[in-house]
This record gives sequence, structure tokens and C-alpha cells, in this order.
Amino acid sequence: MQLIPCPWCGPREEAEFSYGGQAHVPYPDSPAELSDEEWAHYVFFRANPKGRFAERWNHGAGCRRWFNAIRDTATYRFERVYRLDDPKPGVTELARSREEGTAP
Amino acid sequence: MAELLRTHPLQAWAGAFERLPDTVRLTAEPYVAMVDVRLSAVGAEASAALGLDLPTAANTWVPTDDGRAVWLGPDEWLLTSTTEAPEELEARVRAAVLPLGGSAADVSAQRIGLRLTGARVRDVLATGCSIDLHPRVFGRGRSAQTTLGQAGVVLLSLSDGGDDHVVLVRSSFAGYLADWLLDAALEFTPTTARQE
Ligand SMILES: [Zn+2]
Repeated sequence: MQLIPCPWCGPREEAEFSYGGQAHVPYPDSPAELSDEEWAHYVFFRANPKGRFAERWNHGAGCRRWFNAIRDTATYRFERVYRLDDPKPGVTELARSREEGTAP
Repeated sequence: MAELLRTHPLQAWAGAFERLPDTVRLTAEPYVAMVDVRLSAVGAEASAALGLDLPTAANTWVPTDDGRAVWLGPDEWLLTSTTEAPEELEARVRAAVLPLGGSAADVSAQRIGLRLTGARVRDVLATGCSIDLHPRVFGRGRSAQTTLGQAGVVLLSLSDGGDDHVVLVRSSFAGYLADWLLDAALEFTPTTARQE
């Protein structure tokens, strides 16, 4: 079974986690002013890239905390996990950690 | 009206536990009072109010005067007490953390403890748990919330030799986990010691 590195608990079995969809989707500034179409876009529309994707995960069977991860949707490789209050890592930063072998 | 007696969920397993060899010893721990504490700011103030330092390192536990303080999350702990009644512990801890914006809830009935001692218990645990249990990594003071078999558990290491652990499991899962542990222990039980 694949191990997912929880930022708090360390590497744990994938079955301990649940998926929370795309990360960094901002809540609308003034939701009352959105049209139905704009609201639908916020609620239902998500990116579906092949490759690196910033996602939310929850370590349900462990510390029960939400965290973010950069996962490659083609290889299922977790390139980076980070806490919710950490900024989204940039592309150059990810490339560097892959070269240095510090990616989880 | 029938008299309702308090029985331990693992009372029926006591005989099976007794037949295990010393290398894999399972013992149901007596009931203890447990309180779940939520507190966002841990510092000198919290330590003074509680009379103990809550562990801030992930996946650790520390002994207290009469129990344990287990890290459950960056703002969550499990406090146990062998001397206080559940309502006493809850009231005392709540009074200590409430002024700091925290909360305390009695969860004594949620989990029971199983003590696992012996040279082979690490092997037994490893058959159903993916975390690294080697004493170099999981020595005394380490803890983990994880799954053991199909049950969610809190695992505490009590020794640096890797031969003394406590498993906290939900009461309703205790029977399943006891069966699972007995089955896993079979592999490490010499046949001469097994009497039907
Ligand atoms: Zn975790």
C-alpha cells in the first residue's frame, strides 16, 4: 500500500487518509452578489490536470488534521505535503526538491 | 429490576490472554479516567494551570503524576488519571484550560487500554500496522494514532526495548482487536505452550 507522508505524523498507509479535492480554491469575497452561474463555478468546477495538482487531504485515522499536498495525478507520486497555513510551493521550488531528493 | 453490573469489554478474553506465552503477553488495563483537551496556545500559563507540560512534539506522550498526557494533534491531547474519577478530572482540567480558551471533555468510556509486553509483541503489532516500531524510532515516550488490523488505535511505547506497549482502542472495537491480536500472536507462540 502506498504511504502518504502526513505533515504531523509522518508516513502512513493511504487508507488512513481521505481526499478533499482541489486546494487553494478561494471563497468568494461577496457570495451574495454572485450569479447562479458564478456560484456554480465556485461550488462545482475544479481543475483536472494531468500532472502536478495541489490537493487537500485529511489524515482521518491519525491526527485528523487537514493538510495540502502536491501530487502528480499521472504517477500518484506525492511531491510535497505542507500545512494549511504554509504557502503553495512554486514550480521552481518543487523542481529543486526533486533534484536534491528531498521530496517525500 | 435486573441489577446492571459494570463489566470489562474484554472480560471474556481473560482466559485466552492467560494462555499466551511470556514473549507475547496481553493484559487488559483497568479503567482509567480520560479527558480530551483542546487548547490552541500551549505555554507557561497552560503548564501552570494544568500542573504539567503538554507534549508539543507530534506523536509523543509524557507521564504525569498519576497518568499520561498523549499528543493527539497540534491543539489536542488526551489526559489520563488513575486516581481521579472521570468527572473530577474533567472538572479540574476544564477549569484550568477554559480561561485560556480551551475545552475539556470526559472521554473515559470511549477507549480501553490493552498492555502488550514481551520480546515478540513488536512482531505481533507489525503484522497489522505500517508504522516503524523499531525502538530506535518508536522508543519510550513515542505514540501513534494509526490503524491496527481494521481498528483505529492509539499506540504508546513504554520502553526503549520495544517490548512494552499500550494500545488504546474504542470499547466497541476491543473484542475485535483482542481476537485479531490472539490470531496474530499465534505465529509467535511455541506449540508446546499452546493448550486447548
Ligand atoms: Zn497525521
